[in-house]
Amino acid sequence: MTKFKDAEHLIRLAGAFAIGIVVFLLLRSYFVPRSFGQYGHYRGDALTEIAAKPVSYAGHQTCEVCHGDVLEVKKAGKHAGVNCEACHGALAAHAADPASVVPKLPDTAVLCAQCHEQNIAKPKSFPQVVSKEHSGGVDCKICHQPHSPLLAPGGKK
Amino acid sequence: MITRRRLLVLLPAAALAWEHVLAGTPESAPNYNRAEHWWGMLMDIGKCIGCGNCVRGCSAENNVPEGYFRTWVERYHVADWRQETPQVDSPNGGKNGFPPGTAVGGKNFFVPKLCNHCADSPCTQVCPVGATFDSPDGVVLIDEKYCLGCRYCIQACPYGCRFLHPTKHTAEKCTLCYHRITKGLTTACCENCPTGARQLVDLKNPADPIHEYMKTHSVQVLKPHLATGAKVFYHDLDGSVR
Repeated sequence: MTKFKDAEHLIRLAGAFAIGIVVFLLLRSYFVPRSFGQYGHYRGDALTEIAAKPVSYAGHQTCEVCHGDVLEVKKAGKHAGVNCEACHGALAAHAADPASVVPKLPDTAVLCAQCHEQNIAKPKSFPQVVSKEHSGGVDCKICHQPHSPLLAPGGKK
Repeated sequence: MITRRRLLVLLPAAALAWEHVLAGTPESAPNYNRAEHWWGMLMDIGKCIGCGNCVRGCSAENNVPEGYFRTWVERYHVADWRQETPQVDSPNGGKNGFPPGTAVGGKNFFVPKLCNHCADSPCTQVCPVGATFDSPDGVVLIDEKYCLGCRYCIQACPYGCRFLHPTKHTAEKCTLCYHRITKGLTTACCENCPTGARQLVDLKNPADPIHEYMKTHSVQVLKPHLATGAKVFYHDLDGSVR
């Protein structure tokens, strides 16, 4: 019987396939990142990399550690829900090094108008002014205490 | 007033508090566990004043290139009964606020938008290399080291929330400030919202006020007919919003 008489070419073919598979597996282990598939069809390490990005806004909880006095004023007024950095800007650098990074005071003539300038699409209950008529570009904090805006700097309404 | 003495006492306290945030273990979120969170956002249309603080905050926090937006604010004008043809404007994404407006009649309101962090996101399904994905805590993210910049996901997003970064040439989008929420902070847009129109919500946290809110208020998602499982919930959303 010469059952495998012409099988030699098949063995060569199988050998070629085996080499191909080994090469594929080697390349795959080289190119596919180790953490790929850890949680799903993506690189698991990406999660920690994205989570490790630096923070620019320290968050009001951090501000309140030192500036509790401002918090007390703010809590009593209309701006109780407005977080510190909403007006003062991103200050994580200040939180990390309060002594050398000194934040600049915002210009209230510009800042306040960002929220309180009249606009047809603003909710009607939201306090709005046409700043040209209301103050004519005068700094808002001359009459209003920004942390508790109904109060004038002198303490009267 | 803070006296010099008080400041000296407080400086180490501040440094400690800040170290705590940076270490990713602030009191509110000790040892962040991805399996315990399912993030989303709540938008209260009736509270949005279109100040653009969220857009500016997002840009500053995430170094968003000028002219591109991870979050933006649209202003809608709907004439009296023309629900299906609203006029929408969003000058520079609302980053510098909005002109006062002159529309007469009808209704006007602001709609803040961002990635909806869909539970069944169309954008992640089309990525050919697994560069964009749903994180175990319900945030749609992009692995910028793995992204080819093929733009397939940008086309797939029905909400127009993605863009190609002009210099990195990789897809970009809102990460729901993943680097902040995993440290126990809220997102930059929520931190900056002066009226509380935006709120980060954790749908897996039983103590989150969102659960009570959902029971007592009508909420809606954008394009519900697409069944994307959007997790940005809008209260008071007008039917004209697309």
